[in-house]
Amino acid sequence: MQATEHLSQTFELGFTYTRSTGPVVGRFLTGLRDRRIIGNRGSDGRVLVPPVEYDPVTAAALDEFVEVGEEGTLVSWCWVNEPRAAHPLAKPFAWAMVQLDGADVAMIHCLEAPGEDALATGARVKVSWAAETIGFITDIRCFTLLEEA
Amino acid sequence: MAEQKEPVTGIKSPVYLHYRFTAGKAPTRFLTRLKEGVLTGQRCPRCSNVYIPPRGSCPACGVATEEEVTLGNKATVQSFTIVSIPIPGNIIEPPYVVANLVLDGANIAFIHLLSECVNEEIHIGQRVQAVWKPSEEWDYAMDNILYFKPLDEPDVPVDQIGHIPISGWRS
Repeated sequence: MQATEHLSQTFELGFTYTRSTGPVVGRFLTGLRDRRIIGNRGSDGRVLVPPVEYDPVTAAALDEFVEVGEEGTLVSWCWVNEPRAAHPLAKPFAWAMVQLDGADVAMIHCLEAPGEDALATGARVKVSWAAETIGFITDIRCFTLLEEA
Repeated sequence: MAEQKEPVTGIKSPVYLHYRFTAGKAPTRFLTRLKEGVLTGQRCPRCSNVYIPPRGSCPACGVATEEEVTLGNKATVQSFTIVSIPIPGNIIEPPYVVANLVLDGANIAFIHLLSECVNEEIHIGQRVQAVWKPSEEWDYAMDNILYFKPLDEPDVPVDQIGHIPISGWRS
């Protein structure tokens, strides 16, 4: 019996989802489009970024929005040596937890840096905005290390 | 200050999955014959059920299937649905009929389109026949068959659907 050459073919399966953002996430994304970062205040006084729709403690709807700074502190990170196609940056980068000035919790985003050695807990970072902002999380192109004076 | 714009109320968040499908030995053989305009299945050596498309094993008995069975173009409607709502990216215009069809000689249904019919008259047990594309357009694909169309033959009783011999249906 002769060897069978198996047929093989690539294909793409796409789910073209759209999502309604609601008054809280919508507010956050509207802020990003305007190059501003908006959080909200929880019942315990903490400023949460990105804003959450319901209070983490009482589950009450939250509506007091607070603008925070575009600089912050590196709380934690994970270095990615080999970025994949779906990753936001093509060269090695870090997934980072960044606590923005004025916020009481850290948010996750990508951090551009020359190398893992350049990173340290407590390092100061700053938003690098996308060339064009459209109201999406990628309006923050990434965070970058802030040169300390 | 940026110009005043409407607040963001929605986002696009598509998910694209990139696959490479490699057909096994049995599906490769099926697709190769399909490109030649022939539908083939495989018979289980234990329970004698004929499967199309063949997967190389019997899901009921768990044994390998080797025997190839050449099937014809006639089938019976096992079930169907009339699609009235457009699906993004689908080039077929509603309303259209999608049916589970069992070829004569086969014991399992596959899904295909029904056309050249009055949608409201489609029924379970109805006899249908494959309408193929011109042979120069044949590829390794089930859409070598454009659709199935009704046949002027008596209906198959429900309890006999899936048990019609390759030689065809005689009521």
